[in-house]
Amino acid sequence: MSRQWETIGELGLQFFGKISASISHEIKNTLAIMNENAGLLEDYCQLADKSKPVDPGRLKEVASSIRNQIRRTDGIVTNLNRFAHSTDQWMMGVDVGDFLRFMCQLTGRLAFIRGVRLKPEPLSASVKIQTNLFFLEHLFWLCLDFAISMAGEGRTIRLTADALQTGVRIILRGLEGLAGSPKTNFPGRHGKTLLRVLEGELEINEAAGELVLILPKEVSQ
Amino acid sequence: MKTRVLIVDDEEEFVNALSKRLRIRDYDVTTSLSGEEALEKMKHYLFDVVILDVAMPGMSGIETLREIKKIKPLTEVIMLTGHATVESAIEGMKLGAFDYLLKPCETDDLIAKINLAYNRKAEHEERIREAKVRQILASPRTVLEDE
Repeated sequence: MSRQWETIGELGLQFFGKISASISHEIKNTLAIMNENAGLLEDYCQLADKSKPVDPGRLKEVASSIRNQIRRTDGIVTNLNRFAHSTDQWMMGVDVGDFLRFMCQLTGRLAFIRGVRLKPEPLSASVKIQTNLFFLEHLFWLCLDFAISMAGEGRTIRLTADALQTGVRIILRGLEGLAGSPKTNFPGRHGKTLLRVLEGELEINEAAGELVLILPKEVSQ
Repeated sequence: MKTRVLIVDDEEEFVNALSKRLRIRDYDVTTSLSGEEALEKMKHYLFDVVILDVAMPGMSGIETLREIKKIKPLTEVIMLTGHATVESAIEGMKLGAFDYLLKPCETDDLIAKINLAYNRKAEHEERIREAKVRQILASPRTVLEDE
């Protein structure tokens, strides 16, 4: 058992690092845009100093771009903060619809850079489970990582969930490459360990292009 | 003649702002939002310097650089990167990129690198012209053979 926790701990840190690096890269992008826009305002001021009138419309455009990027950065930092708090409690109540939306925002850039979009679909009813949130985020990232490879460039992965009597069924749709793809070792040794800890199951439906993650209503402590 | 710069980055607002700033400084600027679009433009137009983002969806900065060096080996490329992809930028330099800059970058640094890159390209082209002239002077028949 202790070896199992060591593996989860070590690879969990790697997962935390991967997400943090992606987020900091995204922040660098928004900072770069704000930096260029601030520079552009300075350029306009210098032109105005040389008696070259500047169209107020241009200034409004720059201000609007800066505001967009501040809003974008605020969203990114909010997600980072929420992710950082995932480890606060061993067990917590998770609203699955909200979790899927959050994971799409958190990992959207990692998918986008591989040419794939993530689209959470509204659930027909609210579904809540009691689980370890950080382990769930990690396991779900492993599922997404696999799904992104199977979806292929230019595709959209749609995420949804159904309530079961015993818990929840999370479905990732649009994995066109599943049929006929060479065998992979997904979920791998580590994924299997996380599944065991979260008492979950995975189903791969090649014909439908779906990956299904089944989780219990409550993980036994 | 103005230095012809191609900016390649999937962040449209970044491309817009940077292109305006370079035009104010009298550069001839073209923009692309993907590596694929940049390569298409490079087939039809001449550029002196390409400013290339490392992390882009679709064709990555490194793949784009490889293709640029195949079709226009003399065009100089400056890689732009967030800190998470510095290793890729260094790999880019091994593949022939002129230099790299971290985002967000200082305008003066970027301008200095663009000018240095342009000078290197101009010197390289001049050396090729001189070599061709020497070849013609040594053996005037080669001109006829080339034709």
